[in-house]
Amino acid sequence: MTTTTTTQLTLGKALNSGLRRALADDDRVVLIGEDIGALGGVFRVTDGLQAEFGETRVIDSPLAESGIIGTAVGLAMRGFRPVCEIQFDGFIYPGFDQIVAQVAKLHYRTRGHVSMPITIRVPYGGGIGAVEHHSESPESYFAHTAGLRVVTCSTPQDAHTMLRQAIASDDPVLFFEPKRRYWAKGEVDEDIADALPLGKARVVREGTQVTLVTYGPLVATAIDAAAAAEDDGVSIELIDLRSLSPIDFDTVEASVRKTGRLVISHEAQQHGGIGAEIAASITERCFNWLEAAPARVTGFDTPYPPASLEEHFLPDLDRMLDTVDRVLGRPNSLSNWEA
Amino acid sequence: MLRESVTEHGTADLLEDFVQLLKPDGSRVANPTFDTWVADVTDEQLVSLYEDMVVVRRIDAEATALQRQGELGLWAPLLGQEAAQIGSARALRDDDFIFSSYRENAVAYCRGVALTDLLSMWRGHSHGGWDPYTVNMAVPAIIIGAQALHATGYAMGIKAEAADSVAITYFGDGATSQGDVNEALVFAASFDAPVVFFCQNNQWAISEPVGVQAKRHISERAPGFGIPSMRVDGNDVLAVMAATRIALDRARGGGGPTFIEAVTYRMGPHTTSDDPSRYRTKDELEEWKGKDPITRLEALLESTGALSDEVRARVKAKADAVAGELRQGVISMEDPHPLSVFDNVYAEPHSWLERQKSQYAAYLETFEGDER
Repeated sequence: MTTTTTTQLTLGKALNSGLRRALADDDRVVLIGEDIGALGGVFRVTDGLQAEFGETRVIDSPLAESGIIGTAVGLAMRGFRPVCEIQFDGFIYPGFDQIVAQVAKLHYRTRGHVSMPITIRVPYGGGIGAVEHHSESPESYFAHTAGLRVVTCSTPQDAHTMLRQAIASDDPVLFFEPKRRYWAKGEVDEDIADALPLGKARVVREGTQVTLVTYGPLVATAIDAAAAAEDDGVSIELIDLRSLSPIDFDTVEASVRKTGRLVISHEAQQHGGIGAEIAASITERCFNWLEAAPARVTGFDTPYPPASLEEHFLPDLDRMLDTVDRVLGRPNSLSNWEA
Repeated sequence: MLRESVTEHGTADLLEDFVQLLKPDGSRVANPTFDTWVADVTDEQLVSLYEDMVVVRRIDAEATALQRQGELGLWAPLLGQEAAQIGSARALRDDDFIFSSYRENAVAYCRGVALTDLLSMWRGHSHGGWDPYTVNMAVPAIIIGAQALHATGYAMGIKAEAADSVAITYFGDGATSQGDVNEALVFAASFDAPVVFFCQNNQWAISEPVGVQAKRHISERAPGFGIPSMRVDGNDVLAVMAATRIALDRARGGGGPTFIEAVTYRMGPHTTSDDPSRYRTKDELEEWKGKDPITRLEALLESTGALSDEVRARVKAKADAVAGELRQGVISMEDPHPLSVFDNVYAEPHSWLERQKSQYAAYLETFEGDER
């Protein structure tokens, strides 16, 4: 007989319950970050955890991102499994060196003798009307870095499951949390024994004409886009990538061999981004199956704009569908556009 | 004993404003506070320290020669810093953990790091070389100052376990300008971490004199972070050992971090790729040769009669043997397998890397039978 462990939670609360489980299951798990103690983090993701597990395991750090990551390296070498919180996406850069030069490389540097089971949580993405440095999508920097795993969730269940899987991984994991979806609700089952592995993509919706690949905050947008397309007689297969390093190309490849068309969407800037990598890799793998060139619908190659302009920067349902029309050869915004 | 606040007399040009127990001429300086921390050091132990310093200088010379002969890609000599490294490393317990930069070859030697492991990085066979957990010493950090944070985090872990081990981090005067070292001081102070910050002020960060990094003694910064500090003659193995023992004792007793500035001199180039004649004078080097860490211990041991010809010959034989073993080990190192470039990137399987590896393996197979 199985017991029901499912509850209705917001994505933020699902992360909180994931952290609580990780702390309870393994006394080597420690949390470190700014304002994660009494305040519970600026998004309340660590709410109540310091009171429950103490100041030694839920550590309010000095305001220094390199210090947070660098001390996590030392804690990991001592046998702990640190979970770092970077308060906002745009605050990660002072810790960039420790992440790419130390966390990512110590396993390789020590010929496998040292592991870095460090999870670095990063609220990311825009759409919340914030000031500068609070709406960025820096995932490509880290996906480009050998030695790191990079994942992102789009549902409360994945938030809970993937965070626990990330903490249990012996590799360092950059865990990107779609901050504008923190309040989205969904069912969460804490029994994750049979969950999809961390590196796997999920087909959210099956379709036949276009493969739409996205991740994180845009999955919800893409679900709406696919529903709208269906009303218009277009069948979209929607893939939630979940993992950005490694990318589950096998799942994308299988889909594109079926649909013959590929659209990739992310908030991050286009140049050198995840979409570029997917377009290139899938073209290499599926050239003979493609009916149209893969297309991207992304943030522009500008800095993240002021809040009053972010609706133009962020891909939305209409831009996604316009790009879907393009790969289908239907009339679209670029129909009369000449290079 | 410990400097708890910024003093008035610490301008950087007052180089010898430090604790010294052994003068350059080998005579002892009485220091009631520091002497008690090395009072147990016997003549026999002094000879052992002397042997360590002679051996590591010989390792240094041999590695430099190997680089000149094309057997190593690069080498970062420690010449002149033997007392700072041996005096501190020999004060540690086996369960203390070291986070160093790339010049702490003498520290690695004291820890029992295999010579081939020490040299494999410089021959281009590895980025580190040894298992940190067998010797309780992390592989060298090349990014300046990064390791200070690792040591601090490790010490936070020690404290969380209520253990009485200590983490020690070695870095240079240049590193004290880095954010990471300063952040490490903040974290260490805030969390009372049992960590020793051991700064070898060797006067030069490649071509930049210490005056570019610090207008006052480096040791004066620590009290501002709430961390007591000591400034010692880094070419005096006894003063270094005493200071390190004081710091370790504080840490073990729950006193938190301590900062040591060991004033020494990099007598050689930054690395074998460097040319110090472009930025410093021969006179300066000659002046520091007069403060040589080995010569002064030799003089002390001669004055007490502890350094007989027999002992001297034994030490020289040991140094020669180590150098021979080093040379043989380096020359006979086997080249790594091409596909090992893919090893140990991740601890767990990573799909696209495995694909790249299998594709490169297929490429290599196309050369089978070729002389390649």
